[in-house]
Amino acid sequence: MSRIEGVLKALKGQGRKALIPYITAGDPHPDLTVDLMHTLVSAGADIIELGVPFSDPMADGPVIQQACERALVHGTSLRQVLGMVKTFREKDNATPVVLMGYLNPMEAMGQEKFADAAVEAGVDGILTVDLPPEEADEVAPLFTARNLDAIFLLAPTTTDDRIRAISEHSSGYVYYVSFKGVTGAGKIDVDEVASKVSHIHELTALPVGVGFGIRDAATAAAVGRVSDGVIVGSVLVDTIARNQADPDQLKRALSDLLHPMREALDSLAS
Amino acid sequence: MKLTEEMLKALPDARGHFGAYGGRFVSETLFDSLLTLEREYKRLKDDPEFQAEFDRDLAHYVGRPSPLYFAERLSRETGGAQIWLKREDLNHTGAHKVNNTIGQALLASFLGKKRVIAETGAGQHGVATATVCARLGLECHVFMGAEDVKRQSLNVYRMKLLGAEVHSVQSGTRTLKDAMNDAMRDWVANVDDTFYIIGTVAGPHPYPLLVRDFQSVIGRETREQSLAQAGKLPDALVACVGGGSNAIGMFYPFLTDESVEMYGVEAGGLGIETGKHAAPLSAGRPGVLHGNRTYLMEDENGQIAGTHSVSAGLDYPGVGPEHSWLKDIGRAHYVSVTDDEALDGFRKLTRVEGIMPALETAHAVAYAIKLAATMDKDQVVVINVSGRGDKDIHTIAQLDGIEV
Repeated sequence: MSRIEGVLKALKGQGRKALIPYITAGDPHPDLTVDLMHTLVSAGADIIELGVPFSDPMADGPVIQQACERALVHGTSLRQVLGMVKTFREKDNATPVVLMGYLNPMEAMGQEKFADAAVEAGVDGILTVDLPPEEADEVAPLFTARNLDAIFLLAPTTTDDRIRAISEHSSGYVYYVSFKGVTGAGKIDVDEVASKVSHIHELTALPVGVGFGIRDAATAAAVGRVSDGVIVGSVLVDTIARNQADPDQLKRALSDLLHPMREALDSLAS
Repeated sequence: MKLTEEMLKALPDARGHFGAYGGRFVSETLFDSLLTLEREYKRLKDDPEFQAEFDRDLAHYVGRPSPLYFAERLSRETGGAQIWLKREDLNHTGAHKVNNTIGQALLASFLGKKRVIAETGAGQHGVATATVCARLGLECHVFMGAEDVKRQSLNVYRMKLLGAEVHSVQSGTRTLKDAMNDAMRDWVANVDDTFYIIGTVAGPHPYPLLVRDFQSVIGRETREQSLAQAGKLPDALVACVGGGSNAIGMFYPFLTDESVEMYGVEAGGLGIETGKHAAPLSAGRPGVLHGNRTYLMEDENGQIAGTHSVSAGLDYPGVGPEHSWLKDIGRAHYVSVTDDEALDGFRKLTRVEGIMPALETAHAVAYAIKLAATMDKDQVVVINVSGRGDKDIHTIAQLDGIEV
């Protein structure tokens, strides 16, 4: 059983929902990322999605685009991101880490080399935004052979046939994108999400995490009620941007943001 | 490799691949739209009503066929092969881009989409899109890098006059690639009612296929005209390559004609050795950007590299996947000329033939002159004059230190 599967099973057993924060590695500075990851865990994160910065993040809105730019100013490379995970693992061997990014940096390293390095660093899952299962023939077996979970996206526009096909290629969890748009944009329609997620649950046994549009305890609870976990990204990255000058304040601000979400999710369990 | 009609018919394959290149590397939200577009295009492609409307628009709105003109004085001065010019600059809106926007806007209408988005570099594709949208009464949004908005202000104003909204893109390098990123982002958010008219043979499948099909009218006409006027097929075709739509349009109908050599001319910028250029086929390596696998300019970590070219329309780090395939199998040659050489080409064609080419086209002119000089008098070189140079007057004047 992968670390991701283990965590999600345990949560399910307790009737709890996963809190999955996203931050971009190297933002605001590569030296801070590992610290911030530990902060997220202390504040209640069950799984961390760590963004690999890319020069052309086509699926992201301005908030995460700017995070990528801040990280790239300091030359944050995929190799360095893997180094951060390795350092994180020195103190935390329990929290799953999912690398989320775009295909080109991974291809530039070489897929096999990347898969090896990811396992060695202690990465648990890979979510490549611009890699649909149709194009993953070569890379998917490399991940499977190394017990790395391949996490794919589902969207409001995904047809039933594709939900089934994508789920078959996925392990760990599937990531449901709650609205049509880029990260950080738009408003989540909880009723619509609820009906789509319950439909996805009919088509796959995998846990469903929902991301895009979750920005506070209320939206986290509303989405947590209908899914297996919530993914929180832009609101955290925006907090990083606003507190980048002061690392201690930044950590406090991230904690202050995540804590209420954790509590709201856990209040659903009773 | 000798290409046959059967081989070409099989490309791109069902997943949109040209050999190792192409594909559909997009986030999930867009996937279903691409499948729908592919299905509808394949149906309409053989629909007589659709084809008749496309042909009628090309004839009466664009003004096709465009002439194939023998550049007699340029040929004499060059002292080698006969140089012929395929005059895409004479099309309505002044470039080859309109062939494709007519086709895609027609698709949009058949699909019932009322809102159109497009990216543009030099502004030619933006103008061509705004033009067809004005004619069909479609809402039009054009994304353009802030850098290009500055250097192509004339085209920006043309688009506005045509009723389009021009979005100045402030992210990344503020050029064509960033405009394409923002167009994709808009598309994800408005996928239900919006048709994305991509301007070049890049992007996710089926775009490289349909743009190539719409642009192939260039090569089909050239083939007939060359046989009729020069009495033979061309010995060499020369076209500039940014994303590569005018080049593929010229090359494609000749791919099975073994005697026809093809040269795609990339932007060498300040020189390939300086790293300041936009020549992925000459100096890049395969990667994935904007929905397709193709040759890219990138750094060792897979980050897309900044590009440089005097011409905004070639200032792009990628290239159409079919060109990547043609390069690998050796069917077409990809070369580059520098900014300075291109400017010489611009001046030469302007002064010797009275034809002012776009700075993009000037790259092809510069290379063709070098090439023709090494060939025999009875040989025929065709340059695809992809666009006219009016939009570049400000850039040229600035380089000359003149304010206009």
